[in-house]
Amino acid sequence: MADKLKLATTSLAGCFGCHMSLLDIDERMLELAKHVEFDRSPITDIEHCNPCDIGLIEGGVCNSENVHVLREFRKNCKILVAVGACAINGGLPALRNHIPLEDCLNESYRDGIGIENAQIPSDPELPLLLDKVYPIHEIVKVDYYLPGCPPSGDVFWTFLSDIIAGREPSLPYELIHFD
Amino acid sequence: MHKTITIDGQEVPFEAGQTIMDAAISADIYIPHLCHNPDYQPHGSCKLCTVKVNGRNCSACTFPAMEGQDIQNHSADLEQDRLRITQMLFVEGNHFCPSCEKTGNCQLQAVAYYLKMHDNHFPHFFANREMDASHPEILIDHNRCIFCNLCVRASQEKDNKNVFAISGRGINKRLIINSKSGQLKDSDIDINDCAAHICPTGAILIKGTGYQVPIGQRIYDQQKIDEVSLAEESKDHG
Ligand code: SF4
Ligand code: FES
Repeated sequence: MADKLKLATTSLAGCFGCHMSLLDIDERMLELAKHVEFDRSPITDIEHCNPCDIGLIEGGVCNSENVHVLREFRKNCKILVAVGACAINGGLPALRNHIPLEDCLNESYRDGIGIENAQIPSDPELPLLLDKVYPIHEIVKVDYYLPGCPPSGDVFWTFLSDIIAGREPSLPYELIHFD
Repeated sequence: MHKTITIDGQEVPFEAGQTIMDAAISADIYIPHLCHNPDYQPHGSCKLCTVKVNGRNCSACTFPAMEGQDIQNHSADLEQDRLRITQMLFVEGNHFCPSCEKTGNCQLQAVAYYLKMHDNHFPHFFANREMDASHPEILIDHNRCIFCNLCVRASQEKDNKNVFAISGRGINKRLIINSKSGQLKDSDIDINDCAAHICPTGAILIKGTGYQVPIGQRIYDQQKIDEVSLAEESKDHG
């Protein structure tokens, strides 16, 4: 059998819903495991991306750490895939984009209802927030997009099966959803 | 005897005064469109209906059918242009489908699915647009307005009112409401007006009616927009 394809996954400004949806391929995970080996991913706890065939990115880009992780993926992955609404257009986190960052922080940590010990988090370990939440294609080149919030297990399965078989990936009408 | 035009090699009859879009709908041929609705005067603003007439790009919804026209509709080039136009509509507004009550029943989304749009291609504007929730029964979310002008036409042509207008140009273009305060609650719109129900996107919504149809049973879960559109539009006008 040919060498397994290497697959890395990450969630940036996402909710892990897309990762949960990947798990919705259920028992097909066993079939997938015959062809694919997971590299950096919440599933493996590998912390840095090694050279990979496929990188799946969930979530948009909301802070400096997201930028670094995304660039690490782009550098290491032959095929980079924007997975889900947030990676594709910023998604619901991007609803903050028309509100100045300072106002967002003040509302969340200083002026909001029920806040005790109000202070804007400033620990140097915390990644700095960007002015806006960006779709990943505005930061790096993206090769494929899997729409959906989240894309269904069948979307992941169809896409990965196509890649494994060496076909140009294509989604039938029923699998193209923005919600 | 009918005069004819040719659409993608098919002979299509037309009557004097018909546009290319009218003739196509009568012949059960789908030309993608968003700002056009056969119940209203053509507006020709979205350009999704762009076809090649004797080699030149024209808007099918406004261009008169004329004897002997050779028209290309479903070519790879035109579908690619339509995809880019649709992507521009998506990045110009704020179209977050998962949080929109119209999702699954939205024509903008359905056209995107039809054109196999997976991404928005362009950088996003993330424009700052308002919401008008002032009216007790009708909500306006300007984030989702594509300036198709249908509510403007519906109010004028069918409701004999003048509730809406499009104002400004380019990035400053916006839907305005004809009332002293500029708010919908102070306009003379009524929930039974055609204008309250015509919006192809989720920009004008009837309150308290969202998410009533489960996912899987919404209009465009079941059928593509070409089928839905022809079934609705050729029945009335064929
Ligand atoms: S509110 Fe709806 S119907 Fe009116 S112009 Fe905007 S998109 Fe068209
Ligand atoms: S449908 Fe013809 S320009 Fe919009």
